[in-house]
Amino acid sequence: MNVAIVQYNAGNVQSVLFALKRLGVEGILTDKPEILQTADRVIFPGVGEASSAMNYLQNRGLDKVIRSLTQPVLGICLGLQLLCKHSEEGNTECLGIFDLKVKKFPTDRGSKVPHVGWNSIENLRSELFSNVVSGSYVYYVHSYYAEIGSATIAQTEYILPFSAALQHKNFYAVQFHPEKSSNIGEQILKNFLQKS
Amino acid sequence: MHTKRIIPCLDIKDGRTVKGVNFVNLIDAGNPVELAQKYAQAGADELVFLDINATIENRSTLISLVKEIASVLNIPFTVGGGIGSKSDVYALLQAGADKISINSAAVRNPNLIDELSQEFGSQCIVVAIDTKSIASTHYVHTHGGRKATNVPTLSWAKEVFQRGAGEILLTSMDADGTKQGFDLPITAQVAESVAIPVIASGGAGSKNDFLNVFREGKADAALAASVFHFGEILIGELKNFLSQNNVSVRKSDTNIKP
Repeated sequence: MNVAIVQYNAGNVQSVLFALKRLGVEGILTDKPEILQTADRVIFPGVGEASSAMNYLQNRGLDKVIRSLTQPVLGICLGLQLLCKHSEEGNTECLGIFDLKVKKFPTDRGSKVPHVGWNSIENLRSELFSNVVSGSYVYYVHSYYAEIGSATIAQTEYILPFSAALQHKNFYAVQFHPEKSSNIGEQILKNFLQKS
Repeated sequence: MHTKRIIPCLDIKDGRTVKGVNFVNLIDAGNPVELAQKYAQAGADELVFLDINATIENRSTLISLVKEIASVLNIPFTVGGGIGSKSDVYALLQAGADKISINSAAVRNPNLIDELSQEFGSQCIVVAIDTKSIASTHYVHTHGGRKATNVPTLSWAKEVFQRGAGEILLTSMDADGTKQGFDLPITAQVAESVAIPVIASGGAGSKNDFLNVFREGKADAALAASVFHFGEILIGELKNFLSQNNVSVRKSDTNIKP
């Protein structure tokens, strides 16, 4: 199994590499188009800011490379948001794989933003969640969310219901951090790696 | 449903876990990597590692310890202690820490909070505040609680929120080590005056103390050390107790189908 992780200016990829290693897979961190295109799986992680991340990807042509991928791809956190059409963060046009907008959580409803901590995932409808039951807890850290649409394969409620996970063709994405979500996260990563 | 978090804290000195009473009288509490794994399996939601003897000489020891922890741990963790610059933060995040916690350096130079949150994102910047009541007003203390400042805790909490901190780790030095319960009034005051999560710390002695800090203290998370290290409170039992009392918590991973 050859898993490439998109290298760009968003952090903490180390924990994704460690999580793969715990599953017995050595990930390759790279921004080389040919390695990304030929990998069995591509993970597009990210903790960072949307507009500067998009600028970075565009300046290196990685936006086109990511859009053209045909193997299973998994966006994580900011990765999910960048795979959507548009983000309110820096008013940024994103990669447009998912026809959805990314919005900032409203801060006027008495709940704290960022959404930090463990929350449950419901309405699971994808093989990405094989052997994971609805109501399982996963770890979140984010201030922006993707709205719910036809690509939504799991949802979570915090202030309002939002897309916990998305899927369109070979593109999968999760707003939470599977690499930090204990055994549930490991199961989800395993499902992504084992997907035929 | 969003849950309250239970966070064991591991005080680190020269690569070992230690625990003291009121910041002094340290005793050895075990190997941090083994403890970290044990806590993750027991259902801890997150871990905090505080390097209580942070010096330049042992910084590299800490970095390699962080790498070791990150490679085995499948839940988030925060590292704090003696962090004073962007390069410190960069090195710890690169090593695999999810968040870093700053304390004295932020009091000395509040702009550091702005700089770090802009550079690395608010989500990974925790500002730790050590507070102690002097003549019925809470003041910020620094240097592991040894130095008093004239900064009122409440105004400092508001300022660190406005400067971009992602979370506040509030330790009551009056309560710390006493096992008589968290300092509920100051915790509630801080939690209600900022729109970021507040982690309450100091004073945990019983399961009821945790219930109180979530209900009356309005905390988003509760941190403790010795009651967990010495097995006086088991995390699974604590979570069952909280859940029975209508506090939303993440129950341990029973959700994977066999």
